[in-house]
This record gives sequence, C-alpha cells and structure tokens, in this order.
Amino acid sequence: MGIQNLLWQVTKKAFTGGIIGVTISDRCCSVVPVRGDSMSPTLNPQRNSYLDDYVLVEKFCLQDYKFVRGDVVVFSSPTHFKDKYIKRIVGLPGEWISSSRDVIRVPEGHCWVEGDNKASSLDSRTFGPIPLGLIRGRVTSVVWPPQRVSKIS
Amino acid sequence: MASSFWNIAYQQAMRSGVFVAKVYSFLHVTTNYLAFPAYAFGPSMIPTLHPSGNVVLAERISKPSRGDVVVFQSPEDPNKLPTKRVVGLEGDSVSFVVGPGKNDESRTIVVPKGHVWVEGDYIQNSRDSRIFGPVPYGLIQGRVLWRVWPFQDFGPIGPPTTT
Repeated sequence: MGIQNLLWQVTKKAFTGGIIGVTISDRCCSVVPVRGDSMSPTLNPQRNSYLDDYVLVEKFCLQDYKFVRGDVVVFSSPTHFKDKYIKRIVGLPGEWISSSRDVIRVPEGHCWVEGDNKASSLDSRTFGPIPLGLIRGRVTSVVWPPQRVSKIS
Repeated sequence: MASSFWNIAYQQAMRSGVFVAKVYSFLHVTTNYLAFPAYAFGPSMIPTLHPSGNVVLAERISKPSRGDVVVFQSPEDPNKLPTKRVVGLEGDSVSFVVGPGKNDESRTIVVPKGHVWVEGDYIQNSRDSRIFGPVPYGLIQGRVLWRVWPFQDFGPIGPPTTT
C-alpha cells in the first residue's frame, strides 16, 4: 500500500501546484507566444515560426482597466471569442480616430487597437473599436529568444 | 536556543503562507472556472429579479443559449457587470421597439457573428443591447442558475414569465 499512498501524495501536490499555477497565470502574469507578423518589428520581426517571440503578459491591469495610448495588449477577438490577438492601443475612450474614409469617435468603455505592421494586421480598422472588457492582459516585455529580451515601449 | 525559536516561527509563517496561498488559489479557480455569486439590482429584470437586489449564482461552464439570463461585462464600462437575458444568438434577426411607451417604431437587426443580443425582462426600464448593441461572447461572465438571497426569493431562474 506504500506505493498507493505515494501516488496519492504526488497527485495531491501536483493538483495544488496546478491550482496555484493557474491562479498566478490569471492574476499575476503569464508567458505567451506571439504568432504572425502584425506587430512587426516590435514583435516577431522575422517571418520564421521557429524564432517566434515569447512575451510576458501582466494581468494586474485587469483590476481597473486603466490603459494608456501605446500599451500593447492581449484581447479576445470580438468575432471568435476563443482566439486571442496582440495589438497596440492607439485610441482611448472619447478620442477621435481617423479611419480610411472618415473620423470615428471611440465610444465609452471601448478602445481602438492597431498592429504596428499596418500592411498585415487584422485590427480595429476591420472590426471596429473593441470593448475594454475583452482585454486579457498587457504585454510588458519579450522574454524569448534571449537575444531579444527587452521591455516593450 | 534563540535561533531555534526563530526557526520555529519561520516555519509557522511559511506554513500559514502556503495555506493562505492554497485557499486563495482554490477560491480563484472555483469562482473563475466553475461558479460565482453575483449581485443584481435595478428594475431591468422585473419580475425575474427584484429591483432592490438579489444575489444570484452564476456558472461558467455552459455556453449561453437563447432564453438564458447571463452576467456580462458592460460594453460601456468593463467594471460593471449587468445581468440580462439572452434574446438573440449570432445570426438571429432581432426586432425591438426603439422607445417602448413613447412610440411604436421598431427596428430589426441581425446579430453579428460572435455576439449575443441581451434585453432586460422589463424593457420599459432596461439599459441593454437596444442601447449599447450586441455583446461579444468574450464579455459574458456566466449563466445565472439560482436566486440565492434574500431567502424569500430562493429558487431557480427559468424562462421569462409572461406578464
């Protein structure tokens, strides 16, 4: 029965560790890979998926949703809620954004996001301003590959 | 002997710290992935919810469907969590009266992909999708199951009772 007890102890520790890990990832920060080149050259400057950037996403900003223009954020897509995008906030609530043909006011509780690589970026120019509630975290720095470790401005 | 006192104190502190971390993490995982309580007040969900406030239990497991009462982050303010009923899913054609009581003008909208249309059960006094538009799935926090407080109102939340 010793091995059963051992197995149970290991399972308990793994379960506890898992729960604490999930909490830290949801409340504090997590590391996510960046796919695609819509944020080139800030993120993923080369089009080679072996060299994808991994970034640190902090979750403390979700306590009060106070962002500033220029923040790079992770958010759920308004059309496919399971997909997550990484873009930069270029418009806060109440500001005016000049879109392709006209000038749009960003409604309360929303923000306007655009990728740094305007040529190849699916962003607010396509799906409009996004509600702030869709934001899942703010990108603070690149953590991998080691030669690209840096803070994001 | 002084060092062993600090040793024991340190061990006690670590044990309490780990215990607090375990409790906090357990509560976090339960309320974020299973079910959570929410406080709903206001006239917009009469007669389903009482205007002076109800605490309801909401679950995060199932995907909301037509007729469910859901808690979601308001598109107007991510710090507010209104409670309304899902009246239309993506692709549905929703017709609504623009100003009930004022005129009979009505509009029809097709709910875009990835969004739901929410309305309060008491549409004469409800800020809902007729004002702030369809709500993306990503803003929905959970589906309301039970009224929990006050005790007189204890019971499941069901389809809208016809007034």
